[in-house]
Amino acid sequence: MGKTLKKNPLYLLLFMAPTVAAFIVGFVYPFGMGIYLSLCKFKTMKHIDFVGFKNYLKLFEGGTDGERFIQSFWFTALFAVVSTIAINVLAFTVAVLLTKNFGGTNLFRTIFFMPNLLGGVLLGTIWKILINGILSVFKDSLINKGIYGFFGLLIVLLWQQIGYMMIIYVAGLQGVSEDLKEAARIDGASSKQVLFKVTIPLVMPSISMCTFLTITNGFKLFDQNIAMTAGLPNHETEMLALNIYNTFYGTRGQMGFGQAKAVVFFLIVGAIAILQLKITQSKEAD
Amino acid sequence: MKRRIALLLASAMLLTSAVAGLASCKEGEGGSDSGKKGHVYYLNFKPEVDTQWQELAAKYTEETGIQVDVVTAANGKYEEKLTAEMAKEDAPTLFQVNGPTGLASWDEYCYDLTDSDVAKELSTDTFALKNSEGKVKGIAYATECFGIIVRKDLLEKAGHTLDEIKNFETLKTVVEDITARKDELGFSAFTTTALDSGNFWRMHTHLANLPLYYEFKADKVDADKDVPSIKGTYIDNYKQIFDLYLNNCTVEPSLTTGMTVDQARDEFVTGKAVFFQNGDWEYGNITKDDVLKDDQIAMIPIYIGVEGEENQGMCAGTENYWVVNGDSADEDIQATLDFMKWLVTSETGTTALADEMGFASPFKSAKAPKNYLDKFNNDSMAAGKEVVTWVFKAMPSEDYKNEVGSALAGYAAKMDDASWNVVKTAFVDGWASEYTKAHE
Repeated sequence: MGKTLKKNPLYLLLFMAPTVAAFIVGFVYPFGMGIYLSLCKFKTMKHIDFVGFKNYLKLFEGGTDGERFIQSFWFTALFAVVSTIAINVLAFTVAVLLTKNFGGTNLFRTIFFMPNLLGGVLLGTIWKILINGILSVFKDSLINKGIYGFFGLLIVLLWQQIGYMMIIYVAGLQGVSEDLKEAARIDGASSKQVLFKVTIPLVMPSISMCTFLTITNGFKLFDQNIAMTAGLPNHETEMLALNIYNTFYGTRGQMGFGQAKAVVFFLIVGAIAILQLKITQSKEAD
Repeated sequence: MKRRIALLLASAMLLTSAVAGLASCKEGEGGSDSGKKGHVYYLNFKPEVDTQWQELAAKYTEETGIQVDVVTAANGKYEEKLTAEMAKEDAPTLFQVNGPTGLASWDEYCYDLTDSDVAKELSTDTFALKNSEGKVKGIAYATECFGIIVRKDLLEKAGHTLDEIKNFETLKTVVEDITARKDELGFSAFTTTALDSGNFWRMHTHLANLPLYYEFKADKVDADKDVPSIKGTYIDNYKQIFDLYLNNCTVEPSLTTGMTVDQARDEFVTGKAVFFQNGDWEYGNITKDDVLKDDQIAMIPIYIGVEGEENQGMCAGTENYWVVNGDSADEDIQATLDFMKWLVTSETGTTALADEMGFASPFKSAKAPKNYLDKFNNDSMAAGKEVVTWVFKAMPSEDYKNEVGSALAGYAAKMDDASWNVVKTAFVDGWASEYTKAHE
């Protein structure tokens, strides 16, 4: 078959066409359109005026809009870093525990995975009620202080994503050969040394995968944000995606500006994700 | 053999994708096939009457064979939904703008209704929304009023009567007396101020209407035109009434930011509070299943402590304007215009608007709705009281409202001068800056 494909590029084209078509329709076209729209003033796709780089200049010339975007960026970055570390450490710990030989591991894996199946808005709303219930004891509520929103969002994201990352780690851990660990133990390595010198280097591919997913999820967080705090109080918990959304819909004629913010957002997240992949992949054992 | 299988597989894949493509095409064509007759797609703004619209649309289809689709946007998400729907091939043919600001935003999409039948059915010209060139683009279909809804039975239980309340001072006296005896009475004066995100509208729009109304009145500002900035002359009155709400509601002020208007309504219905700031559209909700009877409720004006307010009535007006999508196909525009005419002239249409949806509609053949709360507005008008018109329509953007709302929530959490200054800035300076942004 491989030979046939190489011999006749027609087959290659034939097999790839549906995927390529879907990729163009579902990704390349909207992406190109998005970049074009960031240079326009528009309301819907039917009336579009080209304005050049005006929207981008607005972002960098300061003023409340620019400041808010930067404030959102730092909040989002802090959140992404904290959530990435917390999710991965906890997910890895749970995965190590659930690959030990004791009863009920499958049940626990299922239970930990389940929150991941629920939608973000639903989770945000439910956790808001729960957290408000607790805070009301102290005569307070979730949107009264930015710090509440930060930890509220963190709890939701942890609860939702630990299970998913755990599954990836479980798969990675199961791929580590017992022989290697046993050899290390015979050579006198402590269980701590086995974990850090043998297991972790060998599951490094899973770690880069999971850090990539968690860091980009942290940056792109939207559903939970809008459902839980909606950026309150006073934009303190407004993350980048929500900031863009608010610009897009909040004031007439600002859609192009929102679009420009979205392009900048893409560049930031893209750069960070590539940097992260470079760093973690360089540590992967061959 | 292998070659043949590969070829077969590849063509099968291509075929399925082609079929999937065709299927979606066919759906589109189906729409325009029946489109020869034209069809109506109404994007409804009011979630509380969604069922009634669906039923009415079905009746119209049964009567005329014209297809009418009604889609309702989620509460507070109309602008988002509308923007998304308008970008589609099958865009709404009939939608809603909330006044001059909304019209300015959608003007180029709106069909000129100046010579339409439905415009001629309006009882007075004041309910036609005109654009900057003076063309009629929007038609008001429901006028509403709001004030403070009162549990008359509880008020009497507390030893007070409606007649006592004539202005802010007397309202305050009654309210604070109830708060002082809250534990003994078993109920509070006000329902929760409800300032969780998405629940700001009662405070940032409706309550704000009063200080704005008095300012515009003093400065002779026409709220139906562009208003580039405000002075905030009555901002202290705004604070005064807001403080009264917060300090005398069912919960601590700092807890109101975790509560919703639905919770406020529940408190009112279950007798946990006497006063509930809201409008006649709540009538159906609070009297549902006969939990509350007409003789238990009343509506009074919102007094904010402005001189001469003894003569003030309810806040009455509309932010509900139908507009027709001028980008729709001609036959769809015609179908929509016919549908609108039917709504406001036919027996079925007028009955549904009045009896089932409870709208007081400004059309010649409109029926009076069965809405007991409207009686208080009508009585106060008959008594020569001053109607407070809905000037909040002039607010420059959604963002403006959200900023004021978020500042009010911030104030409720702390109740100090610094946080009130945030409200002031959002309310006064925010107006001018949002106006500039919207007019770039």
